[in-house]
Amino acid sequence: MYNYQEFDRAFVRERVEQYRDQVQRRLDGALTEDEFKPLRLMNGVYLQLHAYMLRIAIPYGTLSSRQMRQLAYIADKWDKGYGHFTTRQNIQFNWPRLVDTPDILDALADVDMHAIQTSGNTIRNVTTDQFAGAALDEVADPRPYAELIRQWSTDHPEFQFLPRKFKIAITGAVEDRAVIRAHDIGLQLIEHEGRIAFRVFVGGGLGRTPIIGQELVDRLPAEDLLPYLEAVLSVYNLAGRRDNKYKARIKITVGAMGIDAFRAKVDKAFKRLRAAFNGQDLAVLGDIQQNFAPPHYVEKSQESYFDALDSDIGFREWVERNVSPHKHPSYASVTISLKGHGDTPGDATSDQMRAIADLAERFAHDELRISHEQNIVLPHVAQADLPAIYRTLKSIGLETANIGLISDIIACPGMDYCALATARSIPIAQDIALRYANREAEIGHMQIKISGCINACGHHHVGHVGILGLDKAGVENYQITLGGSAGNDAAIGEKMGRGFNVDELMPALDRLIDAYLALRLHEGETFAETVKRLGTVPFQEALYVVDQAA
Amino acid sequence: MARIKAPVVITANDLLTGEVVYLDPAHQWSPELSAANVFNALDEAEGELAAAFSEAVVVGAYLAEVSNDVAVTPRHYRESFRHTGPSNYFHGKQAVQDAEVAA
Repeated sequence: MYNYQEFDRAFVRERVEQYRDQVQRRLDGALTEDEFKPLRLMNGVYLQLHAYMLRIAIPYGTLSSRQMRQLAYIADKWDKGYGHFTTRQNIQFNWPRLVDTPDILDALADVDMHAIQTSGNTIRNVTTDQFAGAALDEVADPRPYAELIRQWSTDHPEFQFLPRKFKIAITGAVEDRAVIRAHDIGLQLIEHEGRIAFRVFVGGGLGRTPIIGQELVDRLPAEDLLPYLEAVLSVYNLAGRRDNKYKARIKITVGAMGIDAFRAKVDKAFKRLRAAFNGQDLAVLGDIQQNFAPPHYVEKSQESYFDALDSDIGFREWVERNVSPHKHPSYASVTISLKGHGDTPGDATSDQMRAIADLAERFAHDELRISHEQNIVLPHVAQADLPAIYRTLKSIGLETANIGLISDIIACPGMDYCALATARSIPIAQDIALRYANREAEIGHMQIKISGCINACGHHHVGHVGILGLDKAGVENYQITLGGSAGNDAAIGEKMGRGFNVDELMPALDRLIDAYLALRLHEGETFAETVKRLGTVPFQEALYVVDQAA
Repeated sequence: MARIKAPVVITANDLLTGEVVYLDPAHQWSPELSAANVFNALDEAEGELAAAFSEAVVVGAYLAEVSNDVAVTPRHYRESFRHTGPSNYFHGKQAVQDAEVAA
C-alpha cells in the first residue's frame, strides 16, 4: 500500500484546520450557506434527507486493517455504528452532526485518510479492480498508476472547478471488473511489444445520458500517462459546457465534438504538455511502485483446506462463489459479501468492520479492498487459511455465498437517505434478495443493479437487470432495463416499457425469471447470455403479459 | 413541476445536526411535524418563508404539502420519509418518537 509522506500528512492536516475554521465561520454567521456549501462539499460533507452525510475517500478501494478499525471507531463515536460502502469504493456515514465533522476529519487524518474531492466538480477518487495486484488475469498492477493519478489530481489548481465532476477508472486485468467504459476516462493496462501501455477510453458515463466510452487511443506508452490525462482534462476544461449542468460531463463534449475532433485537440495539447513533464512524474511513479511490491507469500500445508472442501458443503459453496483465483498458485482472493439476504447492500457494522480488519491482519497481509459492487475483499489469502476465515465470517454473519448471484445487488442509498433520489432502492434490493434466496443457485449468475434516481449511482444501466426508481405522480415507480453489461462487453440496458409500482414489481420479476429459466438452453447459460441470444422481446413479453391480457 | 398546493408547512434541516425541522406558529423550528404551523393560503406561507427563514439556524427551508384532516401528515412520500426516517433501519425521527413514547 502507499504510505503517506510528511508532505501528505501536512497537507491533509492543513485542510482539516481550514475546514474547522470554515465550519466555525458558518456557525457564527460569517459565512452564508451559499458560501459555505461548496466548502463543505470539497471536504465530502453533504446535507441529505435526514442528516448530514460524510463521504470518505478510499483511494482505489484499498484499506489497511488500521484504517478499517478507525472507520469502525468513527461509526461508533460520531455515527450510528455502521457505514455504507459505495459503488465508487468509498464509505459514507449517514448521520454525522456538522459540528463533529472537523473532528471526524482529524480522526481520519490520524490514519492517513481524508474526504477531499469526494464531491464537487473535481477529479474524484480513482477506482480500480478490487483484485488489483492479486488477479490471475492481470497484465500489470493498476494501483501505482491510480496512486500517481491521485497525487497528480489532488488539489490540482487547474482542475478544481471543472465543468462537472470527473471520474477515472483503471484496470490492469483482461477482465474488466472496474466498469472502465462507464467512466469519464477509462484506462486499461495492456502489454504491447514487451512494454506496458494503456488503452484509453473517454466519454463514458451513466446518469441521465448513459454512454459507453469510446477508445481515444489504443496504445499510450505508460510513461505518457499524466501528460496525456492532463491534455484530456485541459481540452474538456475549455470545451465542456458550463451553462447547463445536465450537459456538462465530458461525454456530452465528446459527443458534440465527435471523437476524432476531440482526439485531435487532445493530441495537440499533449504535444505541448508532454514537454512540461520533465520526468518528475516518472520518478514519483518509481517511488510509488516501491509501495506496491507483492506480499511475502507464505507456503502452508493445504491439507486442512482440501479436507474442508470434502467435508463441509457450506464451505465448498462459499469457496465456489466467493473465492477468486490468485496469481500465486496457493493463494486466493476472498470476497466478503455485504449482501446478506435482507441486509442493506454495502452496509457494515462497526463490529463487522473490526472483525474484518482482524482477518486482514491475521490472514491477508493487512490489506483490504472495497469493490464497486459494494463488497469487501481480502486480496491475498493462503488457501490453507480459507477454512479459518470462513469460520470467522460465519461467526459474525458474513459468510453469505452469493457473489455474482441475484442477491449480490448493487443499490444506491435511494430515498431512504439521498436528497436527490426519486424513489427508494434499499427495500427493493432487500425484497429481491429475500424473495429469491432459495432459488438463486438455480437462477445462477445475474447482476441486478438498482438506482433511486436518474443519476444512476446504482449503475442500473449496466445491470443485466436494471431497476430505476422514479416518482410517477407522487407514487414510487420502477422502470426495468435489460441487456446491460458492466464487463468487457459493456452495454447500456434497454428500457422495457412502463414502470411498475412497488406491488407490481416483484410479480414482474417473477415472470422475468421464470421466462429465463424456461428459455435458457441449459443450466450453464446465464441470464445475460440468454438475453443476448434471444434479444429482449421474449422477456419484455413476460414482463408485460398482464397488460397484454387486459 | 406542478405548483405546490395548500395546505403547506415550512420545513428545513437544522444547521448543526441536519435534523428535519418544521416552523411552528411561534416562529421557532420544531422537530415535530405536529407542532408545525399549517398554512391554508399559499401566499401567506411564501411570505412567512421569506420572513422566517433564518440561515443561522436552518438550511434549505421550503414549503411542503400536507394533509390536515385528523392530524398533520405529509402528502408526498419523500416528506413521509423525512418525517419518519429510513425504511432499512429504525433510525431517525421514528426512533426518537418511539423513545419518547417509551419514556
